Amino acid sequence: MSLGQQVESDRQLARLLQIGIVLEEVVEARASRHYQSLSEEERDLDAEIEELLSHAAEESADHRKRLEDLIEGLTVESVPFDEIETLVEARYGQTKPDDFDGVLYDQLCNEETAYKFYDDLIEAIEASDAEFTLDREQLLAELRGLREEERDGVEAVTVIMEERE
Amino acid sequence: MNTANQYLKAIYLIQQQDNSPAATGRVADKLDVSPASANEMIGKLEERGLAEHEKYKGVSLTDDGIVRARDALQTYCISERFLVNVLGVEEFREEARELESVIDGTVAERLDTIIDRKPECPDCFDPELDACACLDVEFEAEHPAD
Repeated sequence: MSLGQQVESDRQLARLLQIGIVLEEVVEARASRHYQSLSEEERDLDAEIEELLSHAAEESADHRKRLEDLIEGLTVESVPFDEIETLVEARYGQTKPDDFDGVLYDQLCNEETAYKFYDDLIEAIEASDAEFTLDREQLLAELRGLREEERDGVEAVTVIMEERE
Repeated sequence: MNTANQYLKAIYLIQQQDNSPAATGRVADKLDVSPASANEMIGKLEERGLAEHEKYKGVSLTDDGIVRARDALQTYCISERFLVNVLGVEEFREEARELESVIDGTVAERLDTIIDRKPECPDCFDPELDACACLDVEFEAEHPAD
């Protein structure tokens, strides 16, 4: 066992990227569930939140694709993602946000969690001397790009929340 | 990031198992680090008010240290349960240990929303098995060096 904050192997990196995919899946499922929970009237009244959630879902789908592409570049066996998608959807079929503030607050937590995940992962890769099948700089550049987009997401939700205070 | 949490969790479990302060050597063995490294980190935990070290007896966690240790243990349980139930990983203990330093409480909280964790967590954690005792899996003995 190793102690510390390093990513040591293709397998460990793939697992972490896979966890990133699940997190993105959770973000997308929650955003989509919240959007569906809005009534027609609320959807007309609140185009801003509608756009935010729709953008969050699109961005998560894009992030998952980019993470999957990174995993494909590693020498590990692939993992059945369809099952994970079904499981996450089943879980979120049962959740129901109580109000708009809840939707925004939840979305803020989603974006912050994803940001924290990429930030920790980047730090752990930077702390490691391990050689991966993927080009290290390309990997870090992609992860930094994802982190940047999550940070923009946090800011976008924060701005809307502040406007509504 | 989470190295301090790994120490807190190890001290907490040893204290539970031995029902006494955790000897530095035991902590070093459990984390597979040198006694000097363990001493250094225990000193840092003391400075932060999370642990108290008594010469010849060992280290005990303060109330704040226990809260942090239980949070770390819960995060670890979530990682194990997530690896087994969602990803179907067989070597989940080994992998959970590898992930321990990268997966923090915030991320674990989100992963927790898609797993069935028992309300008694983290008291369900069995230090002998190095796993949540409520996990529905066959446990194989691990090598002591793991």
